[in-house]
Amino acid sequence: MSEPDGAGAGVDTAPVETNVPDDVEVDSDAGDSPIEEEVKEVPPGLPLRVQNLRKRFGGITAVDGASFEVEEGSLTGLIGPNGAGKSTTFNCITGLHEPDGGTVLFEGEDITGLNPYDVATGGLVRTFQIARELEEMTVLENLMLAPQGQKGETLTTAVTPGLRGRVKTDEEAIREEVWRTLELFEIDHLAEEHAGNLSGGQRKLLEMARAIMTDPTVLLLDEPFAGVNPTLEEKLLDRIHTLSDRGYTFLLVEHDMDLIMEHCEHIIVMHQGDVLAEGTAADIRGNEQVVDAYLGEDI
Amino acid sequence: MSVGGRLWQAVPPVIREHDTRLIVAILVVVSITYMLLGGLQAYLASESNLLNAMVNSMRFILLTAIAYALLTLALNLHWGYTGLFNIGIAGFMAVGAYATYILAAPPGGRPAPGLGLPVPVAILGGMVAAAIVGGIVALPALQLDADYFAIVTVGFSEIVRLSIQDSTFSGTVQDPNLDTYNVVNLFGAEFGTGGGRGIQAPIGPPTDVLFEGTTAVGQPLIDLGASYGIGQPVVTGMTYVVFLGILVLPAYYVVSQRLGNSPFGRVLKAIREDETVAQSLGKDTRWFKIKVFMLGAAMMGLAGILWRGRAGYINPQSFRPLITFYVFTALIIGGAGSNTGSVIGAIAFTSLLLNGPRRVAGVIDSAAGGLPSPSNFYVALSSLDPAMYAGYLVSEISALKFIFVGIVIVWLMQNRPEGMLGHRKEIASSIDLSERPETESGGGVAATDGGVSDE
Repeated sequence: MSEPDGAGAGVDTAPVETNVPDDVEVDSDAGDSPIEEEVKEVPPGLPLRVQNLRKRFGGITAVDGASFEVEEGSLTGLIGPNGAGKSTTFNCITGLHEPDGGTVLFEGEDITGLNPYDVATGGLVRTFQIARELEEMTVLENLMLAPQGQKGETLTTAVTPGLRGRVKTDEEAIREEVWRTLELFEIDHLAEEHAGNLSGGQRKLLEMARAIMTDPTVLLLDEPFAGVNPTLEEKLLDRIHTLSDRGYTFLLVEHDMDLIMEHCEHIIVMHQGDVLAEGTAADIRGNEQVVDAYLGEDI
Repeated sequence: MSVGGRLWQAVPPVIREHDTRLIVAILVVVSITYMLLGGLQAYLASESNLLNAMVNSMRFILLTAIAYALLTLALNLHWGYTGLFNIGIAGFMAVGAYATYILAAPPGGRPAPGLGLPVPVAILGGMVAAAIVGGIVALPALQLDADYFAIVTVGFSEIVRLSIQDSTFSGTVQDPNLDTYNVVNLFGAEFGTGGGRGIQAPIGPPTDVLFEGTTAVGQPLIDLGASYGIGQPVVTGMTYVVFLGILVLPAYYVVSQRLGNSPFGRVLKAIREDETVAQSLGKDTRWFKIKVFMLGAAMMGLAGILWRGRAGYINPQSFRPLITFYVFTALIIGGAGSNTGSVIGAIAFTSLLLNGPRRVAGVIDSAAGGLPSPSNFYVALSSLDPAMYAGYLVSEISALKFIFVGIVIVWLMQNRPEGMLGHRKEIASSIDLSERPETESGGGVAATDGGVSDE
């Protein structure tokens, strides 16, 4: 891992808002940093804010000073050509990768470099590009797993005879929720199937249902429509809109420009590890840089 | 349908569909078979005391089967549920047993001194020691992938065995003025491991209490045995086996079942399937792994005490890595991830593979009345004499059974990698998940995109 140098090469359009040197480690209690000051300025309503995020893999800079914000209750799309750093950004936000620089703020708190479980416990939950099911577990088990802080998750309550009743009551409540979620995603007929037997599209539904079961506030969906047939895609989009109306915040990574343009209120375009443009679909369409960097080449 | 499938279908549903009954039935079948084999061998060898030989044969197989069942259940928690590839089972058994013996051995004892604590305290101490050591060994598991972790555990197991065997800590030389003085002094508590000479402590089967002096239970049992010609050692031994069978094994089984069918077990399964997913759902997988590893290690430690340490004396040879290999074989046969499978696998392994060939060879040997014993394979082969072949098989059976075990494992891996019961859906929950809430209206109205698997 080489040490970060100045602004990444080849990006001259970086709309870097803060001016934090990338070799400065920003820790959570850095009260005197410019970032912390900004926290106080920004009104609530921006649950997820990424500032000047950087991640290198050896000599490759995957994410190079990306900054963006996700509005509460919004359906935000993150697009960009292959290798633009979208998935790496996701991984840095959710703690799978530790960023080399920059800050991730979730509901005003610095979550940069936290463990994946701490990020998820806070209410920021993700799905994966290639659906990762717990294959040997049934659909029901997959969903039952998700809720946070279950009573039976400690060794003693799980084993001690007298405490078993509490575990059961707790699980019964969760089971009800699980069935409701299964019905919402219309995979209740697959409830007792092993997740490994599901088709690609069904796995995507299951994964999203499972993420919902964690009771998140913000959902990060990594290419939720990859390998999904058009009918199911409609269904997935429909569910996303339903949940969005219920107040969940979505950030989704997608290749398919048209899909994002049509469905997302706010769009972030990434290119070569940085944010190239932001705005509504109309803004993006009219942005020449985007057309040059992305539309011109790939579509 | 395969032969196994037909056999399985032949089992009455009353037994087949109840795990406990199935286990008991298998134990009964194994007991009767071994009684007959033991009796047959004694009869052919013209021994007078047939019943004694029969009960002793049964006692031996049940002891071995139950001991292995305890170990496979513990391993199932590590490997079957959580996917932690622990090949240091013998090491945890050794830690448990040695800690117990060191705590219980008398202060001035030979070959090594101990702390002279009461036996129950010592056993508890042994389990705690195994759990603590398990917790320490689990730490690398937080960083390492399965294969690398396996290397750590096998390395740990050997470190334990070699440390115990080494004279540095053995306490066999108790005169402080000698250069070879090797009693370990830990905060004033002096003890030793006994090194290669082993360690003695006043530890015996807890059921021996029944036979001390003339007690209400023990004496009638001994008298009853004597009236059928069964000797006192067989009676006491059998009583211990019954104790293990009706108290210890069910306890292990219930703990494993409860754990498996709980939200805790669900997280363990998720760790086995895909740890990143479990973490992304907000589960702090580190603690789950450490906790289950400590519990399993303590269970292995207790099994080590109850099995290897039951006779008041242990030495390092009781904890060779071979046991680890055997326990894995038993679990693979039974089906990793299933507690019932673990127990059945242990019974099948010990009765068919571990002791079966030897027992049958013994019967053949007795029947033939002194077979020739060729000195090596070449001598046997070149003789072209069937009696020599049989003699070679019988006399070398304890070595040849390894080939047998190997063949069985290769066959299993190719034909039934999930083991006997590994295919079953054991749902990790304390309640029946399939029970839908009544508020539901239509239910399963629309199929999403067709069949169950259309990839």
